Amino acid sequence: MKLKPIFAAVSIATFSSGLLAADMAKEMTIVSWGGAYSNSQLKAYHEPYMAANAGFKIINDESSNEAVAKLRAMAEAKNITWDLVDVEGPDSQRLCDEGLAMEIDFDKDLAAGKDGSTPTKDFGDSLINKCFIPQIVFSTTFGYRTDVPEWNGKKPEDLCAVFDTTTFPGKRSLEKRPKKNLEWALLCDGVEKAKLYEVLSTPEGVDKALAKLDTIKKDVIWWSAGAETPQRLADKEVVIGSTYNGRLFDVIEEKKQPVAMLWDYQIFDFDGWVVPAGLPEDRKARVLDYLKVSTDTQRLADQAKYISYGPARASSQPLVGKHATLGIEMAPHMPSNPENAKRFLVNNIEWWSNNEDEMNKKFEAWLAK
Amino acid sequence: MEQIQTLNGVPLKKQIARALFKQKVRALLLIAPLLIFILITFVVPITDMLMRSVDNSIVSNTLPQTTTSLETWDPKSGNLPDEAAYAALYNDLKLAIEQKNHTKLGSRLNYESSGMSSLFRKVGKDVSKMQPTTGYKEQFIAADKAWGDIKTWTTFKLYSSKYTNGYFLAAIDMKKTPDGAEMLPASERIYLNLFVRTIFMSLVITGLCLLLGYPIAWLLANLPMRTSNLLMILVLLPFWTSLLVRTSAWKVLLQQQGVINDILVWLGIVSNSGRLELINNQFGTLVAMTHILLPFMILPLYSVMRTIPPTYVRAAKSLGATDWTTFWRVYFPQTIAGIGAGAILTFILAIGYYITPELVGGTQGTFISNRIAYHISSSLNWGMAAALGTILLTLVLVLYWVYDKIVGIDKVKLG
Repeated sequence: MKLKPIFAAVSIATFSSGLLAADMAKEMTIVSWGGAYSNSQLKAYHEPYMAANAGFKIINDESSNEAVAKLRAMAEAKNITWDLVDVEGPDSQRLCDEGLAMEIDFDKDLAAGKDGSTPTKDFGDSLINKCFIPQIVFSTTFGYRTDVPEWNGKKPEDLCAVFDTTTFPGKRSLEKRPKKNLEWALLCDGVEKAKLYEVLSTPEGVDKALAKLDTIKKDVIWWSAGAETPQRLADKEVVIGSTYNGRLFDVIEEKKQPVAMLWDYQIFDFDGWVVPAGLPEDRKARVLDYLKVSTDTQRLADQAKYISYGPARASSQPLVGKHATLGIEMAPHMPSNPENAKRFLVNNIEWWSNNEDEMNKKFEAWLAK
Repeated sequence: MEQIQTLNGVPLKKQIARALFKQKVRALLLIAPLLIFILITFVVPITDMLMRSVDNSIVSNTLPQTTTSLETWDPKSGNLPDEAAYAALYNDLKLAIEQKNHTKLGSRLNYESSGMSSLFRKVGKDVSKMQPTTGYKEQFIAADKAWGDIKTWTTFKLYSSKYTNGYFLAAIDMKKTPDGAEMLPASERIYLNLFVRTIFMSLVITGLCLLLGYPIAWLLANLPMRTSNLLMILVLLPFWTSLLVRTSAWKVLLQQQGVINDILVWLGIVSNSGRLELINNQFGTLVAMTHILLPFMILPLYSVMRTIPPTYVRAAKSLGATDWTTFWRVYFPQTIAGIGAGAILTFILAIGYYITPELVGGTQGTFISNRIAYHISSSLNWGMAAALGTILLTLVLVLYWVYDKIVGIDKVKLG
């Protein structure tokens, strides 16, 4: 059985050597999220790849937050200007459903793990659909200020502190969409984790969740961009707020603000690449070549040196080291660190792809009340 | 009556018409480049976008046989469609799966009925396992009980036509049912409220701009050149500053730990625990939008006021009018054209704004354009976005027409 991955690796090697560099496009446009995240990709993926391929250029675009809409528009105009797009798991599902993203043959197109495991096994559960090549695991979780005088020295220890405005008075920052908020509200209203989506699938369940959110509604400032919560925490505008764990790492470790993490019931998500469908051969060859190199075990582990998001490959986990400039060990800051992941949820893409439209209507109507 | 003829025997009327026609063609050819440019870059894309609000061809294109076989089926009968409909569905899906169109249709129908998205994603595998003989009905229901749910088939039936009014109904908080259109339950209504809010707040913003802009424009037009130039720069400087910078500046000023609240606390006007909520509500939107749109009011007013000779005011006063009468009877009527232009500019800009309300509006200060943006880039329900956009466009045109009736658009002057 051990032969299989080796055989796969050999066949990959012969396949890629069959492609001459001359057949591949000389530049590619990579779309990502910008800021610290794009920078981590530049350092961990782009720079090594460009160093190995002289004369090749990467053009960066920071449109990931509207990637799906733009890709759809490009496909309709039959003019696809992007080569590789960084999107979150749910968006990749959408792109795959609409035929806007190319299907990937994981075992053929990606490199085997450093420990010899096949890509399918190495990426495991993070392969959520046929088009998505995962890079990182990130989570949406809470951060709180550690210097609130009204809290009398108490510290939030579990998720429900968010809903407890008597012990922990002050403004909260929550995302202006139903996803994640409804789950957290139900968890703190006594619903078991295992029954969460069963309850949410009933109208009464949604009402229950919204009623729980009602108890803190007047204390919530809603956010729509991930950078808002860290900014509000730093400005003392809010005392506790949800955002992506990497943003909190930045405000705590790099900006040295008096903020701490509340990892309880963090919600895991994957972020990764999709290749737009219908690329010409030379560009496709280049993208696949780039993908194979940049998503291997070492490259994924390298990215964690620059940002506190965990690599999606199992084989990369042991290679996660110290932060490139701060010099601190990154493992304790990873969402997947056992200490942080005592209780967690995984973004239920399937349920949300079915119910997001309806939930949104109810949530918006509730917000406007 | 005898026809007048030209020398060569052609009726005069015809000859004149011919000459005029030539002239018209020449004129048309001269403006042709511009006309074609406007058509291609403006009219065509907008029409295409607006057409999406009624386009529903994806259902009948993906499931042609099914939609035909459903023509005779009555959802109100309470019975599931017959075997023939399931067989048609099987044939349609087989083709759709080959072309990978089935998931696309699932996303489309999911806007109308939750669960369609994964039903169609799953059906790809289900259909490949089915025996292509008979008993499709049992096989479908065995694969997923949603195929045995009358709700699924009702959705197909309601959205089987090539054009639908479904998006427009949804845009005014209604939905299609087998018994005709129905209002949504109150807990799901959002759009009507938003339309009213958008129009109301845009009117208030226009009013505030006028109130603040009028005296400034008057100063600009009447002060000596040196001072008025300086003032003009103060008006234009924010106009040239990035919109996002100005909006963020308001955040810094208005937030609870912001500059204004800090000063109020320092002065002892409000207590530290009772800091005012000046942002993330309607007040925040009103303040930030008024500031951002102010130049669009001041500039037309200023250019009209510049043309008013100061002698009129002096004449009125020398004839014994009070200050107020002079202003109200002599000066003000001459500025109506500028007010008209300024008001219409600010109002139309305000009604379509979305970045500023999104950033400072919280939940109560957002506009209908925020929902349009949401449907364009996040929910990807472009049909819905197009329907909301069409309604907004129609509202603006109606208001423009009313405005024309009351004020008269020929009176509007930009200078």
